[in-house]
Amino acid sequence: MSDITKQSLSELIKNIKEKKISSTEVTKAFIERSEKSKKLNVYVTEDFSVAIDKAKKFDENPNLDLKLPGIPMAVKDLFCTKNVKTTAGSKILNNFIPPYESTVTQNIWNEGAILLGKLNCDEFAMGSSNETSYFGSVQNPIDKDLVPGGSSGGSSSAVAAQLTPITIGTDTGGSIRQPASFTGTVGLKPTYGSCSRYGIVAFASSLDQAGPMAQNVKDCALLHEVISSYDEKDSTSIDFKRNNYSKELTNNIKGKKIGIPKEYRVDGMPKEIEDLWKKGIDYVKDCGAEIIDISLPHTNYALPTYYIVAPAEASSNLARYDGVKYGFRATGENLIDMYEKTRSEGFGAEVQRRIMIGTYVLSSGYYDAYYLKAQKVRKLIKNDFDEAYKKVDAILTPSTPSSAFKIGEKTNDPVSMYLNDIFTVPVNLAGLPGISIPAGHDAKGYPLGLQIIGKAFDEQNILNIAYAMEEKINFKNKITDWWIK
Amino acid sequence: MSKDKSDYLINRKDNQYEVVIGLEVHAQVTSKSKLFSTSSTKFGAEPNTQVSLVDAAFPGMLPVINEFCVKQAIKTGIGLKAKINKRSVFDRKNYFYADLPQGYQISQFKDPIVGEGKVILDMPDGQKEVGIERLHLEQDAGKSIHDLDPKNTFVDLNRSGVALMEIVSKPDLRSPDEVNAYVKKLRSIMRYLGTCDGNMQEGSLRADVNISVRKKGTKEFGTRCEIKNVNSIKFMQMAIEYEANRQVDLLEEGQSIDQETRLFDTKKNETRSMRSKEDAHDYRYFPDPDLLPLEISDDFIEKLKLEIPELPDEKKKRFIEKFKVSPYEATILVSDNETSNYFENVIKKSDVKLATNWIIGELFAALNEKNLEITESPISAGNLSKLINLIKDGTISGKIAKTVFEHMMEGDKDPKKIVEEKGLKQESDPKALETLIDKVIDDNREKATEYKSGKVKLFGFFVGQVMKVSGGKANPQLVNEILKKKL
Repeated sequence: MSDITKQSLSELIKNIKEKKISSTEVTKAFIERSEKSKKLNVYVTEDFSVAIDKAKKFDENPNLDLKLPGIPMAVKDLFCTKNVKTTAGSKILNNFIPPYESTVTQNIWNEGAILLGKLNCDEFAMGSSNETSYFGSVQNPIDKDLVPGGSSGGSSSAVAAQLTPITIGTDTGGSIRQPASFTGTVGLKPTYGSCSRYGIVAFASSLDQAGPMAQNVKDCALLHEVISSYDEKDSTSIDFKRNNYSKELTNNIKGKKIGIPKEYRVDGMPKEIEDLWKKGIDYVKDCGAEIIDISLPHTNYALPTYYIVAPAEASSNLARYDGVKYGFRATGENLIDMYEKTRSEGFGAEVQRRIMIGTYVLSSGYYDAYYLKAQKVRKLIKNDFDEAYKKVDAILTPSTPSSAFKIGEKTNDPVSMYLNDIFTVPVNLAGLPGISIPAGHDAKGYPLGLQIIGKAFDEQNILNIAYAMEEKINFKNKITDWWIK
Repeated sequence: MSKDKSDYLINRKDNQYEVVIGLEVHAQVTSKSKLFSTSSTKFGAEPNTQVSLVDAAFPGMLPVINEFCVKQAIKTGIGLKAKINKRSVFDRKNYFYADLPQGYQISQFKDPIVGEGKVILDMPDGQKEVGIERLHLEQDAGKSIHDLDPKNTFVDLNRSGVALMEIVSKPDLRSPDEVNAYVKKLRSIMRYLGTCDGNMQEGSLRADVNISVRKKGTKEFGTRCEIKNVNSIKFMQMAIEYEANRQVDLLEEGQSIDQETRLFDTKKNETRSMRSKEDAHDYRYFPDPDLLPLEISDDFIEKLKLEIPELPDEKKKRFIEKFKVSPYEATILVSDNETSNYFENVIKKSDVKLATNWIIGELFAALNEKNLEITESPISAGNLSKLINLIKDGTISGKIAKTVFEHMMEGDKDPKKIVEEKGLKQESDPKALETLIDKVIDDNREKATEYKSGKVKLFGFFVGQVMKVSGGKANPQLVNEILKKKL
């Protein structure tokens, strides 16, 4: 089968279960395509030979009852993987090999999947373009020198370029949904507390969530079903009844009430985004859903709130990278000198910027004005959603205020970079689930995404809406394999 | 409750200064595993053998609260008659140090688990109440070892993450003696509760001491200095003595006191500046986003109340009322659970008055001499009880009992056996005593005549002679009676 890598996850599983293809064939096909795609720079660490061994082992005694039988996949390099280098896109962890496995990846391996390697990402997931990675920027397969979004840029690029059938990312302020939107793929940020954070390199603990990224909604639902689990090792994990998301997936969304928040019509939003949104509204109407105008009055404050809360937590979370125990260590005259050199050389500019912002907003004398106030506003933002959900079942917005931009275009303008997350950040602040699905193209032919935001723990509902819309939109990614000679 | 009548004052020329002291006691929670991880807390293990990935702050590792430690803190709060806060929050205290792997200590800042309480001190001039400001849970740091290598510092993370209770007193203490009584009482309460073993040698109990001075009669507090991490009561007292005098000297010279953190040098017996207020760390406290606020139900607290044993104050009251011991004796007997248990075991079958005297007197002195705890006493409560009964029923005299006691200290032997083996039984047979006395009178004819002619002082001489001849075994009471008749 020559077109193995073109198959969706569901097709691959079906073919493996029907013994039409083996795990080894599938694994080799993705590895072969990955080898030809080095230009995209999606991999930080390849684990190809081990993957083939594992696939062979799987084929010797295949357990076809598993949900991901012998399916190879690469994961974002923020997930700790036992005995496989885990860098978080940073020099400071360039030599770090965890002796443990994250709960989310463990869930995946337990269902029969095989690790291909670790995917590039913004350093410590801080970025919206994958340009802050110590391991270089990633190419978007849509077009040359186009960013794949971030921070899960290696993941979005790898799925769009069909170097992995599915993948997982993490989303603190939009890091799954924005890159999905930029690459014409599907990305789900689950409810906070749905997927365990154990073993995921922390960025901002109260916002971080792992989630699935895939080529279509059904694959996304299946992967979510695998990774979502209650975990005692994460005190913020929530024990709620989880669905069989892929089995319960339906395109029947008749009578669902979909909210359209007026505050998301931001100044300077390109017309094509506005048009896309209108088209999205038409699609859901076509599916029999009802459109209701709603208001989320504190939306404007979401981005500033996020850029206080997230750096504050990050400044503390990243204190452990001090050269003492593991990772990169610079030589110093004494302890303080060693700290300073290690952290100056080990962290990139964006990470240092956020550590400084975070340190500042937590400092005595500033804490009340910044951090405490941000927490209050965060509550108001959450209340906005609670109010809205008294009237609607889900909310439809654009995923991003623009399509993908060129590498280097925004690197010197952090604020313009931060504005990329304007539609995704409120969802993290409120701890809600949100999914981005490809919904059209801009004039340049670059993909654009729409976001469906759900009630807490209501992933099934937004997956259903996305599934119904996907059928109507019938999106086709325009990928020419330009990077393969 | 007596008013503040501590007479610990520092005198200079015309001025008298009062010393104001507040203590932050760090008490290690007695628990098998650490506050947020499952590693062991056992003392004395090889360096870095009790360290989990959480304790060493590996990437992606998360803290999970140890429910047992929470229970221990609540129990301690109940023992301090304190308010238990049904909602408390864990915060991160951020600072860099080599033995602090996370780069922050998880502690409780704004919302501690236990609020205001009190401790009653038994001072020689009466009772004194010391207010407790709060009790909170926090992680201990690891240990930096600087003296193993001339250039490098070694780090041992065995302690990293061990649960501590920080117990903050109000500035109610006024003298080194009160500090001594306070720490001992706190230790006693926690040992009764089983929440902290109070072992100062192993670092289970340490304190930061806040000291200020003010002219006697003034209401406002002076500027305070904090002496960090003092690990014995004696050093606390020495540090206070030194620091209070240092501050008074400065004030007498017309200088002001800088608010600062100081260290006590135990070798030189002086405190030294560690860092001034300007250099104070900005710990950037904020709620730990890895942990949810700790919510405790009334039911949870009520269940723990049922597990609280009789505490020293209540026990003391009971001893005074039921056993009619003096308040002084009661205070000593209840100072720790083991002593009071020992006492109660002894008096099950013997006289309270004698038991009290023997325990507080002979036994404590003997244990002290051998540097033993009451739990290590060579004399069991049962055998001490037997010894007391031998005195009570006249089998041996108090004096002989001391000899028997000495033998018992060599190894826990039944006092009856010792008395038999050594032939120490008291001679209480009147006929045998009469024979003895007749002989003594016979041998001292002249003195007997003198006595009869009015020299009554000589009576003591005859008693002494009889005791001597009997080898100390003659029943003194009977000797008295018979002698009076015979002379």
